[in-house]
Amino acid sequence: MSTSPRDWSSHPPYVYPDYKSTVLRGPTRPLIPLKHTLSERTGPVYGHDSLGALDNDLTRNGRRNGEPLGERIVVTGRVTDEAGRPVRNTLVEVWQANAAGRYVHKVDQHDAPLDPNFLGGGRCVTDDEGRYRFYSIKPGAYPWGNHHNAWRPNHIHFSLLGPSIATRLVTQMYFPGDPLLDLDPIFQGTPEAARSRLISKFSIDVTEPSFALGYVFDIVLRGASATPMEV
Amino acid sequence: MAFRQTPSQTVGPYFAYGLTPQQYGYDFASIATPVVADETVSGQRIRIVGRVFDGAGAPVNDAMIEIWQADGQGRYAAPGGASNAAFRGFGRCGTGTDPQNRYFFDTVKPGAVGDGQAPHVAVTVFMRGLLTHAYTRIYFSDEAEANAGDPVLASVPAERRDTLIAKREEGDSGIVYRFDIHMQGERETVFFDV
Ligand SMILES: [Fe+2]
Repeated sequence: MSTSPRDWSSHPPYVYPDYKSTVLRGPTRPLIPLKHTLSERTGPVYGHDSLGALDNDLTRNGRRNGEPLGERIVVTGRVTDEAGRPVRNTLVEVWQANAAGRYVHKVDQHDAPLDPNFLGGGRCVTDDEGRYRFYSIKPGAYPWGNHHNAWRPNHIHFSLLGPSIATRLVTQMYFPGDPLLDLDPIFQGTPEAARSRLISKFSIDVTEPSFALGYVFDIVLRGASATPMEV
Repeated sequence: MAFRQTPSQTVGPYFAYGLTPQQYGYDFASIATPVVADETVSGQRIRIVGRVFDGAGAPVNDAMIEIWQADGQGRYAAPGGASNAAFRGFGRCGTGTDPQNRYFFDTVKPGAVGDGQAPHVAVTVFMRGLLTHAYTRIYFSDEAEANAGDPVLASVPAERRDTLIAKREEGDSGIVYRFDIHMQGERETVFFDV
């Protein structure tokens, strides 16, 4: 089965000058069309057996001597193709800052505290309905060097494989109502009509009483569109 | 109900403890590493190594490269390809752990898939400053005849084909193919609209 093309009205351009690092890093020549071969119609498969016991619980997989600090959240959603069909048994990897806006990553020099009980990395696999689910701590906003007083909105990084290397997606999930979204060149680099797809929805139904706030983030991968794409 | 593609966003500078934790020394298992084939996998053992350069010619120290390839007999380890359980064919390497910002993969040289294409490796490039990932391919310099008949290479303007060909070197430690990726500039690597 072949995969529908990348919808360039949905994805950010390679060079978006407000996001300064794109200027020297985004390819500038037109992409060469490639008719999919077996190499593009296949990809690695990582099922439930590739997961560790706590991989889907970031509130527990980095514990040393207690619980991580911050607001507990549960994030879930459906991964589908462009016809709304579930993408089953596909790997979803996530990573994020801690509640103070600090990444464990060694090059993150932001002067905010590390949390000894929080790693910030996790993964899960979609079920038969394409659903994934993980627990975490709501990530904090953090400053970055793109321009004066630049702050990234709260976000969780997502990486999805999908059925083939053509469906590969790396994206970021944002939170509703974040005032930093209007000022963030990474979010704003996304075509306007597509931006709202990156913002999760708060859900009282997903929220677990006395435990964690629920957010829903559905993800659509490329794939065998049943009808021609309409605008 | 509309199902439109979720937009891509950059992998950012801090992907390592999520996507390549073992390579960077974090206490979290990796699902994929730079070792694509260990000694138990049959085939010609090779190392692919290279750097990623930005438009100013500076090596990029926070890129992540993924490769996907067939085994030595041209079989993909996936539904749709003839299955080869011992070999997954998928690797990941960041450019932030080597002092020269090289990535590397220890693997076997892929065989031809049998559909007229020359042996090749599919490459996906991610980095801070790349809002949407970029696809390219690695071909092999000692496969001149097969490369000449490859339909994908034929679709690339002749003067740019060279950017897709890894150069074979034989050293003390074995066979090495060198493949640098230039994001921009005169030698900008060919990227595909996969
Ligand atoms: Fe981030």
